[in-house]
Amino acid sequence: MNKHLKMDAPQPRVLDETRQGILGKGISRTEGPKKVSGSATYAGDNHPDGMAHGVLLRAGITKGKVTGFDESAAQKIDGYVGLFHGPKFIRNNAQGMADEAPVQPDCEVHYHSQPIGLVVAETFEAARDAALAIKVSYDEEGALVDPKSAPQEDQGGPDVGDLEADMGRADVTVDEIYTTEAQVSAAMELHGSVAQWNDGKLLLQSSLQMLKFNRNEIADSLGIDPENVRILAPYVGGGFGSKLGIGADAVSAAIAARDLGRPVRVIMPRQTVFDAVLRRTETEQRVRLGARSDGTITSIGHDDLVSNLEGEGFAEPTSQASQFLYAAPNRKMQQTVSRNHRTPSGSVRAPGEAVGMLGLEVAMDELAERLGMCPVKLRLQNVPERDPDSGVPFTAHSLTEALKRGAQEFGWKDRKANGARREGEWLIGMGVASAARKNMLLPAKARVTLDGDKAVVETDMTDIGTGSYTIFAQITAEALGLPIENVEVRLADTDYPEASGSGGSFGASSTGSAVFLACQSIREEIAAKCGANDFTLKDGQVTAGGKTTALSDLLDAPLSAVGEIEKGQTSEDHLSSGFGAHFAEVAVNEVSGEVRVRRMLGVFGAGRILNEKTAKSQLVGGMIWGIGAALTEEAAHDPRTGHIITRDLANYHVASHADVPEQIDTILLEERDDYANPIQAKGVGELGISGAGAAVLNAIYNACGVRVRSFPATPDKVMAGLDAM
Amino acid sequence: MTVNGEERSLDLDPRTSLLDALRDDLRLTGTKKGCDHGQCGACTVLVNGRRINSCLTLAAMHDGDEITTIEGLGAEDNLNELQAAFVECDGFQCGYCTPGQIMSATGMLNEAAEGMPSHVSADLNDGVDLSDAEIAERMSGNLCRCSAYPFIRKAISSVATKEAAE
Repeated sequence: MNKHLKMDAPQPRVLDETRQGILGKGISRTEGPKKVSGSATYAGDNHPDGMAHGVLLRAGITKGKVTGFDESAAQKIDGYVGLFHGPKFIRNNAQGMADEAPVQPDCEVHYHSQPIGLVVAETFEAARDAALAIKVSYDEEGALVDPKSAPQEDQGGPDVGDLEADMGRADVTVDEIYTTEAQVSAAMELHGSVAQWNDGKLLLQSSLQMLKFNRNEIADSLGIDPENVRILAPYVGGGFGSKLGIGADAVSAAIAARDLGRPVRVIMPRQTVFDAVLRRTETEQRVRLGARSDGTITSIGHDDLVSNLEGEGFAEPTSQASQFLYAAPNRKMQQTVSRNHRTPSGSVRAPGEAVGMLGLEVAMDELAERLGMCPVKLRLQNVPERDPDSGVPFTAHSLTEALKRGAQEFGWKDRKANGARREGEWLIGMGVASAARKNMLLPAKARVTLDGDKAVVETDMTDIGTGSYTIFAQITAEALGLPIENVEVRLADTDYPEASGSGGSFGASSTGSAVFLACQSIREEIAAKCGANDFTLKDGQVTAGGKTTALSDLLDAPLSAVGEIEKGQTSEDHLSSGFGAHFAEVAVNEVSGEVRVRRMLGVFGAGRILNEKTAKSQLVGGMIWGIGAALTEEAAHDPRTGHIITRDLANYHVASHADVPEQIDTILLEERDDYANPIQAKGVGELGISGAGAAVLNAIYNACGVRVRSFPATPDKVMAGLDAM
Repeated sequence: MTVNGEERSLDLDPRTSLLDALRDDLRLTGTKKGCDHGQCGACTVLVNGRRINSCLTLAAMHDGDEITTIEGLGAEDNLNELQAAFVECDGFQCGYCTPGQIMSATGMLNEAAEGMPSHVSADLNDGVDLSDAEIAERMSGNLCRCSAYPFIRKAISSVATKEAAE
């Protein structure tokens, strides 16, 4: 018995009628004890017998051809096994959902430090040494690495009304350029793979987010049938987009392992992760806002220049949120992609919103300032009734409530004029920004098997810290009326039904819906066995017609069902998005330009919350990424070679404990999104970062009157502003 | 050397870091590699009771030393107080930096109990009150990209408060 649902119409709120009372509860992560005791095994923790160690060899030039490898010095190293390279090696990680091999450039080099080969040895120490000992010769060509001077492609974008004419008529306008530097995911787990072959079949243990796509990507790269690939990724040490597609570690390990007839492990050193894993592009954004003096916005323009390497289809969708966040009859958003030879770019947590909302929401603060209007009120006044581009209605939409509730809880009314609040050499200010992240539904399948009062969930979905193990157990326990301990969740094995994978905040709601549909199918079978349509399931017992029976007595054989979800008409005739509001209070040191975040509050509407504890953790995590984007994160490129200079965690500054205040709180609004999916949930993984950094940047302005438009707002930029005043 | 109370004898390449010896030779993979440069703290272990980055020291330098790794604290079905507090407070998401955070916190609580001041201590000689700011300062060598920081500190604080009361 399987159940398939195409989301063509709003679905009933079945999970509000069930009785177990476990869904939504902030229970602790079910896999938590494994993670805190060190027994959760990540890709690089695997160590099959006879395993050899591989270290990636990387190009020492930016553009050109490899003409030869001199192995003579490496061959003298004890334990040296060999060098692998050739036409199947990939240039960079596959883009999210590519489902096919990334560019395989053979001997060509397209960016500095591109993986060009794999050095294998008996030990990691010998492999590392040998990689340094191999001399590579090149035919070097000139490379363009500056996004401003490299060739640019016009990618178009929405163009409605007449923005230019309206900007000329508007009472108040903002027309400013905002820039963001390149950023990286910097997941704590290094990208790595262990590959082994058995009877022509590849077993790959790798740090990946989307296994059904990854299987096809690796198979296509190697030129083998996907049926002969099995991927396992039960624990993934963070992804944030960087592990959406397969990387050079996986392909090179598989090639070497096949050739050597023994398992091979390849783990990228941190520097290689910076060099060769897709980064977030730098952006240059021109934001134009026009408004009447009463605060009604009439024009929104958001043009952007981003960059990527030739052959990469991804372009950071910078203006994604600007397209539906506020109403305005005149709208123009033009994207331009620079084709240059920096490390290629791809998805990093909330591609689009994470940087686009810095530009838009700081511009909104500037507009409020020029209108002499409260920034919260300006936003409230311009919340659209319908999607301004398509005219379709929104599903559950909590922006207004989030702004009002947040302003009240944060104490927004105590916000002072710019520079008016001082504590010694510290100037204190508050800032606000809206949050929005479009919600998506991806095809997903999951199998649930109920045996007596115990259930097993199986799907190739990953848990990259997102709580999949826990929330799927909660959905199953709720739908089937079981104690949570009676549900076992098995994930991230390509032998299981194909899930959505983790990415774009769609994992929990897409694959969670598939789990729910499988449970629905089982519920229907239980109903048939009871001979009643009206029944309740709780604590492993079924009650129907006044009679209570233990499930283990009712069922004489296990019930198994695969649930399958796909998007349908509701995604055409409605726009579903998470919304929220960020509030930040910062202190700016007038001597050093240092900015300290003192407290933050995020208020979010994201449909049904599946687990209050893990949802809050993800949202707070996103808000802290906002602190990093606003203040410290910057992947700087060498202007000569395009090579990332800040290529380790001492030079690329992710937020640390000391950067994060004790008071960083979230409020989750009660919401159900009936048009999104049958569990009425929306994603939370990226909503927390969307707009968060802008609240910090706007607070800097309120604190000291310095408007930084080049992000991150490092002390030198704040100081320059203070000096100019 | 002694690892988690057990005497271990190893014949290693002299270039082997303590981290790689633990992971690859002793197969104690709870200790994680996040940067191999002492920048992230994922590899934190205790050496003779003091927390160190095991990637920044060679195994050969620890002849006779006593090493404690995450496996030496409490097993999955027998968590110690700090491990249980991390689970309860959701002091992790992906779990990769977690062994390092817990080992670092273990070392840090010992340091505080010994009265060692930090950069943010108001007084160098007046004992340590483990406020959130003190814990944040002392734990800043341990990065968490999921950014579970507030929840990690809540977990540590709950154990510190309990210890102080005892």
